Amino acid sequence: MSAAAPLIETRGLSMHFGGVQAVREVDFSVAENELRCLIGPNGAGKSTFFKMLTGQLRPTRGEVRFRGTVTSGLHPHEIARLGIGIKMQVPSVFDGLSVRENLWISARRRNPRRAAGRVVERQIERLALGGFAERLVGHLAHGQRQWVELGVVLSTDPTLILLDEPAAGMTEDETVRTAELIQEINRSHALIVVEHDMHFIRMIARRVTVFDRGAILTEGDVEQVFRDPMVRDIYLGKQVAA
Amino acid sequence: MARREAVRLAVVGAIGLALLVGLPIALDLFTLLQVTLYAIMAILALSLAFIWGFGGILCFGHSAFFGLGAYAYAVAVINLGESTAPLLIAMALPAALAAGLGYFMFYGRISEVYVGVITLTVALIFYNCVNSTAGPEYHIGAALLGGFNGIPNVPSINLPFMPDATLDPEDMYYLSMGAVIALYFGLTALLATRFGRVLVAIRENESRVEFLGYDARLHKLVAFAIGGALAGLAGCLFVSWGNYVSPTVFSVVQSAQIIIWIMVGGPGTLLGPIVGAAALSWLTAEIGTQQTINANMVLGAILLVFVLLVPKGIAPMIGERVGPWLTRRRAAGPAARLAAHEERA
Repeated sequence: MSAAAPLIETRGLSMHFGGVQAVREVDFSVAENELRCLIGPNGAGKSTFFKMLTGQLRPTRGEVRFRGTVTSGLHPHEIARLGIGIKMQVPSVFDGLSVRENLWISARRRNPRRAAGRVVERQIERLALGGFAERLVGHLAHGQRQWVELGVVLSTDPTLILLDEPAAGMTEDETVRTAELIQEINRSHALIVVEHDMHFIRMIARRVTVFDRGAILTEGDVEQVFRDPMVRDIYLGKQVAA
Repeated sequence: MARREAVRLAVVGAIGLALLVGLPIALDLFTLLQVTLYAIMAILALSLAFIWGFGGILCFGHSAFFGLGAYAYAVAVINLGESTAPLLIAMALPAALAAGLGYFMFYGRISEVYVGVITLTVALIFYNCVNSTAGPEYHIGAALLGGFNGIPNVPSINLPFMPDATLDPEDMYYLSMGAVIALYFGLTALLATRFGRVLVAIRENESRVEFLGYDARLHKLVAFAIGGALAGLAGCLFVSWGNYVSPTVFSVVQSAQIIIWIMVGGPGTLLGPIVGAAALSWLTAEIGTQQTINANMVLGAILLVFVLLVPKGIAPMIGERVGPWLTRRRAAGPAARLAAHEERA
């Protein structure tokens, strides 16, 4: 399925830092409208892989293609314009501006003034940000900032959204709500989610790719991957057993 | 919030207009000349406030653009004998220098600290080069550069294409003060556009701006060039005001003063740097009339006090106290008071 018309794919993607091979020869692809989770232990190369997709890092070897366009080597803003949105692990927002301004700057990139205003209102409603829309983002709680960033990403209406640990530092209620949001977003956008929290993965995932030591260890349906003794015992350990 | 903004603009506009019309009537010519200088320094402060306070680009050598504008005007007006083109050259040349420097700094991904160091170095290079141009062999057309003695007898600005209609001191006041007011409103309008909002967003978080698909490098480059052009305008007015230019326009002291004006007035505002430039220029002039205390020492002490006690600067401090009072609704319920409190927090 994904081999037929991938939305994004990597071929032989490698990243070396000096002698360290952070990512080795990764072939990976995600289909249109898919929701894919990337998991793996710390240092598995997930973050490096992620940064090569967004243009923050230029791969040592190999290439990234987004709908057939080679994006490796492009500048981050050029990759963003192709329709890739990214949400960072530590919320990357405009702390000195209000929630509304944060969303507006994002929405205004592709929309004229009035239309941008409508996009902002829609996102405020969708993410329930209305209660603090005029406050400075820097003064909000961590979970609220996570949602503001999600709103900022959604306001550019990207084709593919990359989420780096969206549930990090969230309370149980916030995590459940984020999982629901991701399901809802997936109705109209493809997503790649990097996550540590197995509980959270179970709530949202269908297909999972497991990274280990810079390469893909295995890939498949969420239950099948979690049953895989190799994944279970060595990389996920007690969390899944529990 | 929009209402508060409108009230603020109306108040500033009214005060500006009152000063523009009232001061020539109320003040004697000598004092008006001084006030004209404060207005020119306010333009210089605005030029750096725009790129630093809003664009987040810390330029330690802003005097490079001020000085280049000053010398460009002097040389051009002496050669052309008429000020229309020289005034434009005095803005275009610093803008081009800023664009060229900005291209290498921003597209080369040079970090913030080095941007400061590079701009400082550029100003020093200008200072030393111009300072060593004494002697008849250093001239551009009819204009002798004069080394550390500078260029005397530079003609004032005249009405466009009318070389005989040079501005008298009172006209210079109207021009300079009018320019301050126009720039305040012009920059306010520019900052409300998409370009302006993105510029502020770059100050807040440059990589987020790029992830949204904006080219941060280009925005910074354009902002830097605008800042350079405005500094050049200040340089041009400064020479036209004093009919004289010397290499001190490029000096490190000049660069540092602009930064101090903005820090005291309030970075991230437009009104603050205007007030800071005028107030501190006045203070420096006052201190200069006596011998006991050194002006730079006082400036340094003021900077220290502000950095430690009023880090946001004068304008935000006054805004926080007066702003809510100006826009207070007739029946300010607990909700409105809470909102005002949160806005201040």
